[in-house]
Amino acid sequence: MSNEEVYSYKTPSSQLVQIAEIASRYKGRPEMLMKVVIQTQKIVTAFSASVAAVIAREMDIPQTQVYSFITFYAMLSVKPRGKYIIRMCKSAPCHVKGAKEIVRALEDLLHIKMGETTEDKRFTLEYCPCLGICEQSPAIMINDRTYVNLTPESVREVVRCYIRDEVE
Amino acid sequence: MEEKRVLLRNRGKIDPENAREYIAAGGYEGLKRALNMNGEEIIKELEHAGLRGRGGAGFPTYRKLQFAYGAPGDVKYIVCNADEGEPGTNKDRILLSSDPCSIFEGMAIAGKAVNAHVGFIYLRAEYSYLVPILEAALKTSREANMLGENIQGSGFDFDIKLRSGAGAYVCGEETALFESIEGKRGEPRFRPPFPGIKGLFGKPTVLNNVETLANISVIFQNGWEWFRTLGTENSPGTKLFTVCGNVKRRGVFEFPMGINLKDLIYEVCGGMEEGHELLAVQTGGASGAIINASQIDMTLDIDQVSNSGGRLGCGTILVMDDRNCIIDIVRNNLDFFRGESCGKCTPCREGGTRLYQLITKISQGKGSVKDIDTIQDLAETMRLTALCGLGHSTAVPVLSSIQNFYSCYLRHIDKDYCPVCSEEGE
Repeated sequence: MSNEEVYSYKTPSSQLVQIAEIASRYKGRPEMLMKVVIQTQKIVTAFSASVAAVIAREMDIPQTQVYSFITFYAMLSVKPRGKYIIRMCKSAPCHVKGAKEIVRALEDLLHIKMGETTEDKRFTLEYCPCLGICEQSPAIMINDRTYVNLTPESVREVVRCYIRDEVE
Repeated sequence: MEEKRVLLRNRGKIDPENAREYIAAGGYEGLKRALNMNGEEIIKELEHAGLRGRGGAGFPTYRKLQFAYGAPGDVKYIVCNADEGEPGTNKDRILLSSDPCSIFEGMAIAGKAVNAHVGFIYLRAEYSYLVPILEAALKTSREANMLGENIQGSGFDFDIKLRSGAGAYVCGEETALFESIEGKRGEPRFRPPFPGIKGLFGKPTVLNNVETLANISVIFQNGWEWFRTLGTENSPGTKLFTVCGNVKRRGVFEFPMGINLKDLIYEVCGGMEEGHELLAVQTGGASGAIINASQIDMTLDIDQVSNSGGRLGCGTILVMDDRNCIIDIVRNNLDFFRGESCGKCTPCREGGTRLYQLITKISQGKGSVKDIDTIQDLAETMRLTALCGLGHSTAVPVLSSIQNFYSCYLRHIDKDYCPVCSEEGE
């Protein structure tokens, strides 16, 4: 996918309507952009050009500002991502406690590499900087839940629960 | 060794969401006292207490308040930096989740001192699961009239708003944090003007770390004389230490400033796992110095650690045993910094990447002693010319490891086999 395609994919109009409703509450209040994008992320996992355009129009700010904002923060993305984003902590406290084996277990289980999304668009594997659960490393975060003191066996169990749709 | 639980006194003992339980345990008494004091008196109390910032820099807290107190303007802000991003640190998460009202109390006292009526808590996105706890604690604090309008009939108004980050280490830097709250990319500003004069939304602002604010509460609850009985002359009070890595017992522990690092590792945390020996300790997170096993007989207070070339920082202790390789750890640190550099200033953006390339080259057995010279030059340039603390501290783990583990660098340059780095590949 080229950079342009990454940003120009289609977002269903029903979702755009919901996003417009959220953004319109903060018209003329550019400082609320963070709040808007965080709420938007509950509707879409990534920000296409059409999502950015809707936010820009409703908040009355330039679309480039929305784009520049989203591409700055690690937890926001213009690139499409899966329903579940599995974030593996890359920092030293996890590194020294076997993060590498956890990564291997995740990649083997989901048949994708770090940074990729499964074909069924359910899982994305990502590295992230410190999750702040260092005294229980190695740790991962799946959407906004954390899982700690992992071993290759236990992380497989955790992800299997998501594969089977056992997690709310 | 017994912990000295001052900031963590309520951990696991009260319902963090219920301000009434905090009040029953003596909470908000400090705020009540401060409500009867004027700004100068509050700042004087903090000056006597000798409280220094717990976020990393160790700046005297009263001076920050003084700047904003003296600054002209009707609108001023108090900001709580809950963007705890330093790798290896999670003490603020423990405070935020176990005793959030103690942080609100510190913010309200600071607000009273400088006559600010609005406070912001900037919470990192990785802690988004704490939002419900904080919101509930804010609500019950308002119900108890410890926040909101006319607090305890004093005529003083103060309320707190929650703001979220979205994953950016650099937002822990104060001016980058302001930018982020303002809905922009979290890029640090040029200084001056300093936050005390022109901070959030261009207004005089006092920004403090979570732990610093919790300390303000206990100082006003118990008085500065009591606070001075804890810790050392130049670093009074207790400190939260996050101990992680290869020790038997990991966790967040509270001890008076001045505890010995060796005792912390061996007596409190049980030392190394069976069959392994201590290789190195990194204090202060990824931006801290890496010291070797012979250097750990060290007093942990802000000045002593600085004197030894490192920094106490936020109190992170990363312990590494003999299964690790220092080059690999430094490479991991640099990978972090090159990823988290915001890109605004050239020394940090380009320097971080070049340092990472050089250390990778050494780890692959392709380096030379000239590369070590280049690394040192580059690190020094970054320390002198980068815009903010991120770029300044990138060099710390590199330079300290060259100093304390020179033979490890030479072994890699000599192409001796390293089981850790050889597995790394790339």
